Amino acid sequence: MNGPESPQSEVAVADERRLGERIRATIQTRAFLVIVIAIIIAGLYAGGLVAGTSGTRLLWLTVWGLALGGIIALGGIGLTLVYGVMNFPNFSHGALVSLGAYVTMSFMALLPQGPTIWPMSFGYEFLVAMLLAMPVVGIVALAIDRVVYRRLRRTGAHLVLFAMASLAMLFFVQSMVYLGWGPDFHNYYPGRPNPALQLPLGIRVRGDQLFILALGLVFMVAIAAMLEWTRMGKAMRATSDNPQLARVRGINTERVIAWTWVLGGALATAGGAMYGLSAQLRPEMGFWLLLPMFAAVIMGGLGNAYGAMAAALIIGVAHQVSASFLNPTYGPAVAFVLMVVTLLIRPQGLFGRGGG
Amino acid sequence: MTQVVVIKGLMLGVSLALILPILLPPGRPWRVPGGIAAGLVLGFGLALALPAGYLSYVISFLVMAGIFVLLALGLNTQWGYNGHLNFGVAGFFAVGAFTSALFTIEAPTGIAAQYTQVVFGLEMPFLVGVGAAAVVSGVIAFIVAVPVLRLRLDFLAIATIGIAEIIRLIFQNERWLANGPQPLRGIPQPGRCLFQSVPCDWLPEWAHWIVEPLGTRDYLAFYLVIVALFVAGTYLVLERACRSPWGRKLRAVRDEEASAAMNGKRVTQVRVQSFVVGAVIMGIAGALYAHRMVAIDYSHFHALFATFLVWIMLMLGGSGNNRGAILGAVVVWAVWSGSAFLAHALDPVLGSIHAELAGRAQYIRWLLVALLLAAVVLYRPQGLLREELRVSRYLKRWPSGR
Repeated sequence: MNGPESPQSEVAVADERRLGERIRATIQTRAFLVIVIAIIIAGLYAGGLVAGTSGTRLLWLTVWGLALGGIIALGGIGLTLVYGVMNFPNFSHGALVSLGAYVTMSFMALLPQGPTIWPMSFGYEFLVAMLLAMPVVGIVALAIDRVVYRRLRRTGAHLVLFAMASLAMLFFVQSMVYLGWGPDFHNYYPGRPNPALQLPLGIRVRGDQLFILALGLVFMVAIAAMLEWTRMGKAMRATSDNPQLARVRGINTERVIAWTWVLGGALATAGGAMYGLSAQLRPEMGFWLLLPMFAAVIMGGLGNAYGAMAAALIIGVAHQVSASFLNPTYGPAVAFVLMVVTLLIRPQGLFGRGGG
Repeated sequence: MTQVVVIKGLMLGVSLALILPILLPPGRPWRVPGGIAAGLVLGFGLALALPAGYLSYVISFLVMAGIFVLLALGLNTQWGYNGHLNFGVAGFFAVGAFTSALFTIEAPTGIAAQYTQVVFGLEMPFLVGVGAAAVVSGVIAFIVAVPVLRLRLDFLAIATIGIAEIIRLIFQNERWLANGPQPLRGIPQPGRCLFQSVPCDWLPEWAHWIVEPLGTRDYLAFYLVIVALFVAGTYLVLERACRSPWGRKLRAVRDEEASAAMNGKRVTQVRVQSFVVGAVIMGIAGALYAHRMVAIDYSHFHALFATFLVWIMLMLGGSGNNRGAILGAVVVWAVWSGSAFLAHALDPVLGSIHAELAGRAQYIRWLLVALLLAAVVLYRPQGLLREELRVSRYLKRWPSGR
């Protein structure tokens, strides 16, 4: 947040704008936002060093942060697609994350427990349960849309009513989780240890964290491929960019919306299951992830899935590195600061269009 | 008819007499005298007819309803009149509660200081605590407002939900501030001495025989009068303000920001003003809550309880209408309190379905209120009492409907 003395204001053009306007235009460029975020992240690392955290520990924290970023990204993709396609902040997405984690747990109870896959702490049944839970939660998300949001769309309701309805659905789904699984904390594998692996450069990472990072990347690549090459993916991006134009071009936007919900719910489940693996399952886990997810969505530019993924990794790293000198529960606050900075400098986000 | 019943009836009657005239339809000459008479009669009637246990339930219900009325009025100033999508009511509520608690509490010394840590305990009177709560909440709202209010509506909602969560995290983690995750206990209650065996020293000698028969269990009736005074006062001030040029300016900025700016209204200033005024009212509500509860901790200020319920109240009652906010708060608080009995009744039913489900019936309450909000949004977004379009008392009444 230093003064905007960056040398890149377009002096070559005969500039008739006033100084204030020129400064504002400079501030609102992508480059300036990148610099500010980089300064904040560097500040977090510096804070860690000042607080006496060793360099190698900061390195682990970075890797852990990337794993957390993968979780945030999985939740954030669905959120940003819904935001782009339907143009409202879907607060109920947090509850879908919790629901996904718990449905995964219920499927696991039905499956036979296989041997542990080294170096992870879980067996195949966890992966199978997660893959089974993904369509279930996707259908729940779709059902909520059919019952609530579609009616609002038909009446052409204002954004505020959508936001309010999604707040209602957040607490509705959350109370379903409370009702179905109770308020206690759960673990997928209670008491099973997951010793840290010793990697080169003195990094100590648990196998689960590496797996989360890898699975997050696999999902992100799969989503990117889907958005890039399939018909539905292209239709989704088109609708997200400009719903009216998409409809004019003959895209069935209701179908796109339906698939967006299913996809969003499924990815939220994957995120929730992995969050449950790395920490604990509690009914409020999705509410806790809501702020980082929204930060990723806004930082990446509304409706931009790639942007959300990249921003989620940045936020995950910032979140974990800040834990080197702050109480770790303040993680959402760090995400919040990054989000507000983005909103103030460049509301269209890192990868949004418009401006420089 | 014992003395206690008379005094309790009087307190309940006075409280109802303060609130009922507000809820009666406006524009009738009998509104104020009729409301006062009805309130007094109802208060004495309830005190006479109900057994003591039921009466104290009614009184404690009304106290909490009154606190939520204040929250709904605060939110109405922000959302109803100026269109701020503030999903962070809980944050300002918490700030008000903890501020007033810290200003009035006695700083623990000796061994107690190890169990209860506070940043300061000033032992100030109740009203100073409430005033401090209002000021601190307003200042925090101002600090928040300046960067955040320039944002789009939906970004504002996300940002305020974040602010409330961060305020809650601070009160959860910072032990030195207000005893961290442990509850902050021993918040003094105003006029408590009236109800103790040794009455207050500021009371004249002859008055002692009046308060003599009162026990500490009757205290809440007195607190109800205080809450009712705050509600009535806030309502009067807000109603005057909303019918003044200032209130019209608020609505102009809400409805047509560009044309309000073209007509020379300072849009940013107006938006900040309404946000701060709303937060001040929420802070006062928080202070009243703290002194009601005596012990508070961060978990009281969860978004579920302090933000979500308030939004349902305002949406059901009718945003942009102060009477609607009050009505909605009372109705939703009644539904919420009543659903506790429902949950209690449903517990054996759930238990018979599955053993693990027993004891979880309380979450059905959240399910119900979530459905209530969804139903209001879907079927009656304007609320029970819609916004009055008459903007000045010098104009004739607007024809009903838009």
